[in-house]
Amino acid sequence: MSAVTVPSAASYLEDGFSLWSWLSSVDHKRIAVLYAISITLFFFIGGAAATLIRLELVTPTGDVVSAETYNKLFTMHGVIMVWFFLIPSIPSTMGNFLVPLMIGARDLAFPRLNLASWYLYIAGGVFTVGALLMGGVDTGWTFYTPFSTMFSNTHVFAAVAGVFVVGFSTILTGINFIVTIHTMRAPGMTWFRLPLFIWCMYATSVIFVLATPVLAMTLFLMSIERFFGVGVFDPALGGDPLLFQHLFWFYSHPAVYVMILPAMGVVSEIITCFARKNVFGYRAMAYAVLAIAIIGFLVWGHHMFVSGQSIYAGTVFSILTFLVAIPSAIKVFNWTATLYKGSISFHAPMLYVLGFIALFTIGGMTGLFLASLAIDVHVHDTYFVIAHFHYIMVGGAVMAFLGGMHFWWPKMTGRMYSDAWARFAAILVFFGFNLTFFPQFVLGYLGMPRRYHEYPPEFQMLNVLSSAGASILAVGYLLPLCYLLWSLRYGKPAGPNPWRATGLEWKTTSPPSTGNFATVPVVTEGPYAYSRQERPDER
Amino acid sequence: MSDSAAVLIARQYDDAQQQRSAADLGIWVFLATEVLFFGVLFAVYTMTRFNHPEAFASASRLTNITLGSINTAVLLTSSLTMALGVRAAKLGLSRPLVGWLCTTIALGIVFLAIKATEYYLDYGEHLVPGLNFAYAGADRHAVELFFYLYFLTTGLHSLHMVIGIGVVATIAAMASRGAYSPAYFTPVEVSGLYWHLVDIVWIFVYPLLYLVSRS
Amino acid sequence: MWSFPLFPEKASALASSVDIVFFVWLALAGLVASTVAFLIVFFAVKYRSGSSANRETADEQAQNRINRRIEIAWMTIPLVLFMAMFAWSAEIYYDYATPPANAMVVYVVGKQWMWKLEHAGGRREIDELHVPAGRPVKLVMTSQDVIHDFFMPVFRIKQDVLPGRYTTLWFEATKPGDYQLFCSQYCGTDHSRMVGRVVVMEPAAFERWLASGNSTGSMAAQGAAHFREYGCSGCHGASASVHAPKLEGLFGRPVQLADGSTVIADDRYIHDSVLLPRKEITAGYAPIMPSFQGQITEDALLEIIEYVKSLKTAQPGEVR
Repeated sequence: MSAVTVPSAASYLEDGFSLWSWLSSVDHKRIAVLYAISITLFFFIGGAAATLIRLELVTPTGDVVSAETYNKLFTMHGVIMVWFFLIPSIPSTMGNFLVPLMIGARDLAFPRLNLASWYLYIAGGVFTVGALLMGGVDTGWTFYTPFSTMFSNTHVFAAVAGVFVVGFSTILTGINFIVTIHTMRAPGMTWFRLPLFIWCMYATSVIFVLATPVLAMTLFLMSIERFFGVGVFDPALGGDPLLFQHLFWFYSHPAVYVMILPAMGVVSEIITCFARKNVFGYRAMAYAVLAIAIIGFLVWGHHMFVSGQSIYAGTVFSILTFLVAIPSAIKVFNWTATLYKGSISFHAPMLYVLGFIALFTIGGMTGLFLASLAIDVHVHDTYFVIAHFHYIMVGGAVMAFLGGMHFWWPKMTGRMYSDAWARFAAILVFFGFNLTFFPQFVLGYLGMPRRYHEYPPEFQMLNVLSSAGASILAVGYLLPLCYLLWSLRYGKPAGPNPWRATGLEWKTTSPPSTGNFATVPVVTEGPYAYSRQERPDER
Repeated sequence: MSDSAAVLIARQYDDAQQQRSAADLGIWVFLATEVLFFGVLFAVYTMTRFNHPEAFASASRLTNITLGSINTAVLLTSSLTMALGVRAAKLGLSRPLVGWLCTTIALGIVFLAIKATEYYLDYGEHLVPGLNFAYAGADRHAVELFFYLYFLTTGLHSLHMVIGIGVVATIAAMASRGAYSPAYFTPVEVSGLYWHLVDIVWIFVYPLLYLVSRS
Repeated sequence: MWSFPLFPEKASALASSVDIVFFVWLALAGLVASTVAFLIVFFAVKYRSGSSANRETADEQAQNRINRRIEIAWMTIPLVLFMAMFAWSAEIYYDYATPPANAMVVYVVGKQWMWKLEHAGGRREIDELHVPAGRPVKLVMTSQDVIHDFFMPVFRIKQDVLPGRYTTLWFEATKPGDYQLFCSQYCGTDHSRMVGRVVVMEPAAFERWLASGNSTGSMAAQGAAHFREYGCSGCHGASASVHAPKLEGLFGRPVQLADGSTVIADDRYIHDSVLLPRKEITAGYAPIMPSFQGQITEDALLEIIEYVKSLKTAQPGEVR
């Protein structure tokens, strides 16, 4: 691999210090930082809602907030976490920062479109937070009709407008990534020399562009029905509420793959670096990513097994759901096999990644319970489902997000953080997470339904355990905020490649200059050419 | 003869060819999103028609087949003039390029004017759901759903037409200032593709809304 | 607070079947998760940086061949396993979806935020369902407003309850007792208060319960009263002068529609004929029936349907 990149210009962080230079920048790295700040803000708003929810659920009666408020809390938690944190998190921060660097390009294909994406994200956020400040929404993040169209008295339109707008943000990002990856790879960077993170960003972008327009139109139809009282979702008018569910989940199931595929990309980058080894089965990993994206479009009906859809539809969706689990399983096995005969070190990014593999495995396996028709009839709409998706989204995607932030922090900021604090936080998050969500599997099978403000007293102990875990989890999430920000001022300078990782991004300075590479690199080998005899620096 | 200005390459690209490939792929991916976007309306139409076949047939007979058919001809012609414009750009014929683009815009405006006339007539016949819908025949609700989908689909299509006219007008203005040459006419191609998509959407909309049970 | 349940009670044969599938999955998931966890820990320790473990691969080619075989194995074994579990689960699911013909029917109307139930004999309940043990029970359910869900954990069963449609579920209780009933589709403010009890009784006790209580006549009899009260007999009755389809012998039979298609005159057909009469016009009749949307409640409509069902064996003109 061609190594020389002379740092010709100032780092991207020093390329203008005014606020306007940041808000008008079309540099993908600056836009990534803008996104990082905004999604962190939304994460803590969504987290605040979660805190209140878990506080309420410590006791069986509704004594902390009213029923209306509780319903608004879980709606806001879902809307903000799904659309303003999970979906954009890795693609818009690490994707934006790394896609050009990893393929040897100077920027994305459409830098101004990239900035437009961020402004659309902020505009969507304004609408949604506006809905919150005006009094909130109580439909659940799923906006099921006819409750959302004909019965809810809350600010549905404002929230839906926010989601509609932020959808376009992701569509533009998806277009940008697809075109960049297809047309702007450095010479020698063939498809099968791409880092798996790029494969994951590509598959995620395909989902962005194909699924999100369906959500946009569905929400639009729902809003018109709410406004004009005429529409296709109301049985009294000859419509069908199930049509809404089909359209909604046609987007929302691929959306969950949008949340996990980038995380899987991060895991592949980190595990190869800290095991000093090429990933096991690179081609299988790349094909698995595509398979997940494609089959992921065919399984939406598994959210609707008891909705009133035909049992034959249920059967088809059940089979397809089992099929989509296979490529995911392959990835877990391949990551584990990557550790075999590696040379493994346990810096914070690796701890997050090892935790991801364990938790994603549990979350993925519980997905199989849900794919089984007979079991789903019992546990649908109970805490079992909540536990399942939090294992994937929080135990999986959020851990990978944190792992990635810790891995590329030196590259993005030029600073090292305290590895001791970082490892402590990672372990705290792992334990807090399990204490929060494992009891919820038990609660779900016992029959505790979702979205319940009050519950029968025999469920209390498990709820108390869950809330206790949540408090530990909260500390685990606040810690990185502290030591990472601290490192911006007081952290040791990182140097270009503190982890001695492969990958073109590590061939630039830390932080990179605005144009990334002084000369276009030429690629002559695969992405994880770690020598097995190497011993990494002990840091 | 067009001004053979050097092609301006944005700083993120290595060369002109990469820039062109990126623009080309970009517009195709964007068109894919539009297909999915309109696709929902077609899916909803299909489901609703499947449930209310008679009502949709009756409702379709209330659409203005004459104006709808004229509009189809107008739009197809505009796609032809747009394609001829792209060809003119490729050959470096600046004056014909501007001419074809302006003809496309004119035809687009004619389309919108005819559409507006149709809407006005529909309003007069009390066929606008949410505003003044009144229908005395059987299965009033399903007929209202037909017109709900009719206004939604043609309205969204018209919005895309307005945007298309704006884009083509901008390109025409740039062309009249000699911005394009055989070496660089990507914006013309890109707008052409967008215009063709809007046309193709209409080609699906027309039979589904106007021709049900009129065969 | 220190003694709390970890696993729900069960009170039906299907519930036991579901639990067995659950435990098999638990075992499989436990096996996979613990194997993965074990391997991660094992590799992390054995191959930690600086350890003296052997990291050489003597024969790359042979290792690659083995690797490819391992990859194929861990694709096909899960696939086979998953398909087996799918089939087992689907079989139980089909059982769920096919109520026995002799099931006792109870009608359910969900509304924000309560369950209204009515037995065929006319006995009504609110937020409670009394059933006899040892007899299949079928619930025919609809909603008056938004989507709800009738969930009884003890039978491992739930079904969404929709406006404008009937959905069904069935179960056969094996063990008398008081069990939980939840609404498990978010339906607004008091969703978590839309709960109740399922009371399974010994058959004799159930009969006594059924006979006592607040029945104002069987559902069919009440339906007959509604039939007169809302003027249905004016067109559909024996001495009607209007040309309207006769209802005697109608229920359960195929009906030829004006557009040439055929539907079965079931609960849904009667429901839609009353509330959306223009939707399915019977062949040979003019579309002149007015809609009773907003006038007849879902409860009353269920009683009318029971009445129409009771006319299955009637002759035209026979007064019931």
